[in-house]
Amino acid sequence: MEHTQSFRFFNRGPSPAVRLVFFVLLSLLLLFVDARYQYLESARSALSVLFYPLQRLVAVPGALWHQADTILVLQGNLIRDNAQLRQQHGVDAAQLQQLQVLQADNQHLRQLLAVQQRADYPMQLAEIVYTERDIFKRKLFLDKGAQANVLAGQVVMDDSGVVGQVTRVYPWLSEVTLITDKDHAVPVHVLRNGLRAVVFGSGDTSDLALRYMPISSDIQEGDVLVTSGIDGTYPPGLPVARVSHIERDPAYPFARILCAPVAGVDKQRQLLILSGLPKLPERPEAVAETATDKLKKGRRKKP
Amino acid sequence: MSGFPKDQEFLLPASNTFIVLSLLAALLLNWLPWRGVWLALRPDFVALVLLYWCIHKPFRIGIGIAWMMGMFADVADASLFGQHALAYSVLAFGGIVLHRRMQMFDLRLQALQIFPVLLLTYVVYAAVHWQLHGYVAWGFFIGSVVSALLWAPLTMLLQALRHHHPSDPDKL
Repeated sequence: MEHTQSFRFFNRGPSPAVRLVFFVLLSLLLLFVDARYQYLESARSALSVLFYPLQRLVAVPGALWHQADTILVLQGNLIRDNAQLRQQHGVDAAQLQQLQVLQADNQHLRQLLAVQQRADYPMQLAEIVYTERDIFKRKLFLDKGAQANVLAGQVVMDDSGVVGQVTRVYPWLSEVTLITDKDHAVPVHVLRNGLRAVVFGSGDTSDLALRYMPISSDIQEGDVLVTSGIDGTYPPGLPVARVSHIERDPAYPFARILCAPVAGVDKQRQLLILSGLPKLPERPEAVAETATDKLKKGRRKKP
Repeated sequence: MSGFPKDQEFLLPASNTFIVLSLLAALLLNWLPWRGVWLALRPDFVALVLLYWCIHKPFRIGIGIAWMMGMFADVADASLFGQHALAYSVLAFGGIVLHRRMQMFDLRLQALQIFPVLLLTYVVYAAVHWQLHGYVAWGFFIGSVVSALLWAPLTMLLQALRHHHPSDPDKL
């Protein structure tokens, strides 16, 4: 058998070595042509069209498996994934909220920084740590106290105006009474014409009242009230309030004038404590009796 | 069948259809979407089947057919024309040279014999790649080892299929 095979083998055209050389040369030629020139692209595309169905056929089991995999996902998996995503969403939302708070903080701090550059008084930034929950005594507690040289009587403001006054100092905290606190008085003058007045808190954070202004006094809605600096507690020129409503009833000697605080009294988180106010000379004793109405020390007056 | 002499195994008839189908199946196996590690471990089924036929039917499957299969593989793999063809030509030549010797060995020794041929095929392919692209992925050669290991199962499978081939005219 082997003899016949080898006999036939050698009778079948050229020997394997010759064939090998032929096909190797052919391959090399093709390689060279294909690597160097673009001649064979059409032949390749024709052949690939021929093979395309086969290749698609081969890809079918994998695709089917993949499809089956996606269809036959367990409901438990879906529920779990859903819960996971929800949780993730909650966390993300919270973080986003924090980010927004941070952005607002940042903007606010920038504004405060600008104020600090504008005003001449030494200021220090303090953050609100507690607020008292009594609706009529909205006091704030700032995170700067005696350790930071905060003194009772110092003025607290935000980027737009006066917020209140430090009324008590603890080692690491200071208590701030808001200008809107009931009967808290701030000596002001109308920016437009310099008319002196005293603005009182009404107990509501959005309202201030100008009391004891005669009906005929020159004051208009929209007037800006700034600190007059007359009693030496508040430095002059800080915006306090804007006149929002005037009622002139002839039955009463005084007009009823409502104002809205300029500062975000109940809005901010960081506040500025002004220090190093100019010392005024001692007030003569006799004058003190007559001027009590207008020149408040700014402390809370107990009714 | 068990008492079948070893050299008779090589004389089992094989229809052309069967040969073509086996080669086609090998091509399809090669074209399966192998990925990652499996791609590195993928044996070259076409090379194995070609080698099988070159060893068992060296007068019907020779370098020409191998070259053609190489061209097909080149088109499918988007490799350069002639890259697989060159490698498979060398492979077929190796198979034809070995075909007489193989008849004396059992499957384990046959695998040892064909491993250098497969390795040479891989080297040729990698050499062309290296010439063109300037680098060689060494993981590629793992495929030659896997192919050699697959020689025995593949031979047994094809032999069994040939034994049971319905159109076998010389059915014993």
